[in-house]
Amino acid sequence: MSLILILEQVLNGLQFGVMLFLMAAGLTLVFGVMGLINLAHGALYMVGAFAAAAVAGWTGSFVLALMASLAAAAAAGALVEVTVIRRLYDRDHLDQVLATFALILIFSEGTRWLFGSFPLFLDVPSYLSGPVMLPGGIQYPLYRLAMIAIGLVVGAGLFWLIARTRIGVQIRAGEADREMIAALGVDISKLYTLVFALGAALAGLAGALVGAIQSVQVGMGEPVLILAFVVIVIGGIGSIKGALVGALLVGLTDTLGGVFLPRLFALMMEPENAASLGASLASMLIYILMAAVLLVRPSGLFGGSA
Amino acid sequence: MKILKSLAMATAVSTLALAAQADTKIGMITTLSGGGAGLGVDVRDGFMMAIEAAGRDDVEVVIEDDQRKPESAVQIADRMIQSEKVDIMTGIIWSNLAMAVVPAATAQDVFYLSPNAGPSVLAGKRCHKNYFNVAWQNDNLHEAAGAYANDAALKNSFILAPNYPAGKDALTGYKRMYSGELAGEIYTKLGQTDYAAEIAQIRASGADSVYFFLPGGMGISFLKQYADSGVDLPVVGPAFSFDQGILQAVGAAALGIKNTSQWNKDIDNAANAAFVADFQAKYGRLPSLYASQGFDTANLILSALDKADVKDQDAFRAALKAAEFDSVRGDFKFGDNHHPVQNIYVREVIQEGDVFTNKIIATGLADHADAYASECNM
Repeated sequence: MSLILILEQVLNGLQFGVMLFLMAAGLTLVFGVMGLINLAHGALYMVGAFAAAAVAGWTGSFVLALMASLAAAAAAGALVEVTVIRRLYDRDHLDQVLATFALILIFSEGTRWLFGSFPLFLDVPSYLSGPVMLPGGIQYPLYRLAMIAIGLVVGAGLFWLIARTRIGVQIRAGEADREMIAALGVDISKLYTLVFALGAALAGLAGALVGAIQSVQVGMGEPVLILAFVVIVIGGIGSIKGALVGALLVGLTDTLGGVFLPRLFALMMEPENAASLGASLASMLIYILMAAVLLVRPSGLFGGSA
Repeated sequence: MKILKSLAMATAVSTLALAAQADTKIGMITTLSGGGAGLGVDVRDGFMMAIEAAGRDDVEVVIEDDQRKPESAVQIADRMIQSEKVDIMTGIIWSNLAMAVVPAATAQDVFYLSPNAGPSVLAGKRCHKNYFNVAWQNDNLHEAAGAYANDAALKNSFILAPNYPAGKDALTGYKRMYSGELAGEIYTKLGQTDYAAEIAQIRASGADSVYFFLPGGMGISFLKQYADSGVDLPVVGPAFSFDQGILQAVGAAALGIKNTSQWNKDIDNAANAAFVADFQAKYGRLPSLYASQGFDTANLILSALDKADVKDQDAFRAALKAAEFDSVRGDFKFGDNHHPVQNIYVREVIQEGDVFTNKIIATGLADHADAYASECNM
């Protein structure tokens, strides 16, 4: 086990974490500000990927495809907020879970109806394909580096938006006391639509970025959604900072655990059993991490005392 | 009065005739939504094309979606057996679902014909007289790949597969035939989409080749990421990662890769030529090996129904075992454990116009039977 391999795996974990952050940021904002559990967030991720694949196939431009993913997911998010989600804010969480679960099914079958059951083609653009040599002799795909960069830039932009702008002040105020900011004359329903569309756009962007190196297919959002929920529970629900830390923790734990646990077991048992047992345990690792965090801090790393 | 009486007689006779005709009900449980939907859709389309072509109004097919979830497959199977009273079941794609459904179904005197999954346990210790596999035992295509790796003088393979029954069968199958060293062996999560960590390990392992079994979307992700990683080792795989449904999504990254299959669209026989042409005309796409397996399964059932009533289980079973139908694979016969004994070919991914597809370049294993047949006491 060389140092290069370990560093490369750390980069992989980082890249995975940054993509999870894009997913989790929207989820945690929507939960923090509106108090809504949105299971359909994974569907918006899928919408972004399909929009990107369609536009890339049509125009051949990856940049246009990314913009399309942002626009399509934001539009889908805004539409869903205005037509369905708006009616759910005052209902209890079970109603929200049921309604947003229904949205998953509607989005999945709608996408299948439009694009068919077979995976679509979306590839890394030629100027980002292939590996680059990093200092220290690490060969690493350029596209994954670009994903890390885009994710960090978007994350920084989000922090700036929340901490430094008027919208950000309103979002934070909405989180703290929604009756009060409505009384102060802020159009709360417009703010909600905006926050929802923003979260959706981030999910859509993640879908498009990931879609280029994975497969663009119906149902691609659900596995990521579960991880995003783990992230926001670890980070503390409603906290953007928590989402970032939680995402990086989950990304690194999942990647490094998957690599090193089987090797650890291989020291003690037959390689075949070690591979199988190590893989099984590695897939549980992030849930063990979540349980451990919740034991020490029941409201997550950066959660309020709500 | 006399007229009335004869009318009553006629009704009675026709009811009797109907009862004697005994409609055959087939229950198909397959994956039509979610990640693995392309595989289930292909099996269903191939199956239904054969049923519709037969034009029999005494055969009814009920189709349900299992969403690749074992629990929903079990629920649907219970409903089909208990309330729909199906005679024959088929359709399941994934081995973990097959393990959850097949033993219970065959124990309740329902025939099960597998158009895809072939877990090793059902070929060996827990084989059953009412279970037939029309596709392959899970290990088969991987065994052919192992044999091919020897022929291609590969000496140090890195092998990976998902952590579920068919994944373990896959690597077991490859290792059974492959005589070189292993540079590494990894089980990934079922449904995993990011293989960066695995590819980094391949890079560091010093392997001279990679063997992977990652069906459906998993294979697309792996191949795209592998092509982008700069690791430049030859790849060998089973047909599942290079089937017609996913090659278009992988694109040029798959060109030239050798893979093993019991079927390809260029197998030269009349049944296959007609199947490929009809499938393209009906559905507007090239058939995959899954579609060919669905098509063969339906034709096997139809051939047995021509000879025996499904209610006469012993006669129907014998008719299935005889397998007298025109398989798109050419010669087809069952071994004693009701699994196919067949040729497995080596194919290469090529480009025809702007469509990516496969062509056969060699016969990997001829008349190949599975390794578990001897454990089966039927």
